[in-house]
Amino acid sequence: MGYRLALTALMVLAAGGLQAASAEDINIAGSTTVQPLAELFGEAFEANHDGVRIIVQGGGSSVGVRSAANGTADIGNASREVKDSEMADHPELVVHTVARDGIAIVTHPDVPVDGLTLEEARAIFAGRITSWSELGGPDRMITVIAREEGSGTRAAFEDMVMDEELICASAMLLPSNGAVRTAVSTTPDCIGFISFGYLDDQVKAIAIDGVEATVENASNGTYPVVRPLNMITDGEPTGMVAEFLEFALSADGQAIVTDEGYIAVR
Amino acid sequence: MTRKNTVETVMKYVLLVSALTSITIVLMIGIFTLKEGMPAFREIGLGDLLTRTTWRPGQEQYGILAMIVGSGLVTVGAVVLGVPLALGSAIFLAEIAPQKIKAFVKPSIELLAGIPSVVYGLFGMVVLVPLVRKIPAPGNSGYGLLAASVVLAIMILPTIASVSENAIRNVPRSFREGSLAMGATRWETIRKVVLPSARSGILSAVVLGLGRALGETIAMIMVIGNSVVMPSATGGNPLTIFLSRARTLTGNIAVEIAYATGIHANALFATGVVLFVLIMLVNSSARFLISNRSYK
Repeated sequence: MGYRLALTALMVLAAGGLQAASAEDINIAGSTTVQPLAELFGEAFEANHDGVRIIVQGGGSSVGVRSAANGTADIGNASREVKDSEMADHPELVVHTVARDGIAIVTHPDVPVDGLTLEEARAIFAGRITSWSELGGPDRMITVIAREEGSGTRAAFEDMVMDEELICASAMLLPSNGAVRTAVSTTPDCIGFISFGYLDDQVKAIAIDGVEATVENASNGTYPVVRPLNMITDGEPTGMVAEFLEFALSADGQAIVTDEGYIAVR
Repeated sequence: MTRKNTVETVMKYVLLVSALTSITIVLMIGIFTLKEGMPAFREIGLGDLLTRTTWRPGQEQYGILAMIVGSGLVTVGAVVLGVPLALGSAIFLAEIAPQKIKAFVKPSIELLAGIPSVVYGLFGMVVLVPLVRKIPAPGNSGYGLLAASVVLAIMILPTIASVSENAIRNVPRSFREGSLAMGATRWETIRKVVLPSARSGILSAVVLGLGRALGETIAMIMVIGNSVVMPSATGGNPLTIFLSRARTLTGNIAVEIAYATGIHANALFATGVVLFVLIMLVNSSARFLISNRSYK
């Protein structure tokens, strides 16, 4: 299976290399959370700029930072802050926050707990609270679901909720927001976290420190678990890339952000 | 040289090139995986990689023992559940089933081999996991080794059943006639004459199934829970070890490769190398068993 993936990766890289030929191309790579947003920006931008092609690839936030730094992409996407270690290695990187996204803590709809403090949430994901009875619920063990190592959503959650503590090893790990939502909605006594964009009535979003997980609360700053969606360039952008980033932050660009369920920054 | 001879020569080389192509591809994949995994072996060390149970790429901790155990246990579970079932179907098809029933049962078993593994995974998530969840044990979420073993048992069933059926069918008719002539019943003949004669064929069928089980990925990711923990029993019952969540070697690569960079990616390739070696061991033991059979 490893080699199959590796071959696929090679093919994708080869395809990317071929596409990078034209001078009017803007290459964007990185976070799969930012990817759909970048694609929509791209479509709108191409529509009023003749001959410009916006090529968006996935790869994850770490790939986004790295490809902006080493020049394989004009813009690198990251659904988290750029880490201090990354900034130390590449001090010339410029971060443009084009939108923000809340991360909701969700439980199975039958869990009788509706709100947690940030400390309680941390204790659950660290494995220090293991039964709902410690939180006023029934005496049943909590099943913790998290994302896999390297996921931007996990990194942002660790940053904002875990405060240096580690997510417990017994947590069930699933590889996407959609998979976490499905598992949480079908497993009793279960808790997990997903991007606001994936919230629906299959799962129950938990209020944190008494603040409901809504886009409104996230944009007015009361909901505590909000991460930036970043586009990163190597130095201050120029030419078409600068125009593209201006468009992303324009009224039209920010309207796309709101339509997609994310939080506008302007 | 006649035209016929030219065709012969050309075809000989065409076939040689085809054979060499597959060997080259296998070699290249092997070398590539090893080359990408090498930095991990150097920096982490083979010993630490194979004997540590903590896998936290964020903290630079890379130990895959828990996953080796996870892959091992789920394979054992699949063999324990799947082999009796597969062997039963093979004996039924080869020795007992009338032509009419066989015409229906055999394609049905073969159909199992054609179902995509993601569909097995979905079946496991929707049907098996809620069933397993009914077992009263602390912390049992349904996801884990038991659900994964059942899914895997169904997946390896067609391989084991069809290879063992061939092995049983290849037992010479005279063996059965001799046994029946001595007054043995049909069951006694099957148990004491046919099965022992087909033993090495059946064994290689099981080993082929083992290889398939070790390599299965997506269906496992969907039902096994993917936690990097040493599976452990709760309470006094050792069987509850199968209720704990685990991660397989294949799952480790598939779940994390999309986001991995640097030494983390190398460690995943190293996981691939370990898997490669395990499957090669299993396959060469299958070859050994098969060649032993033809020798007899």
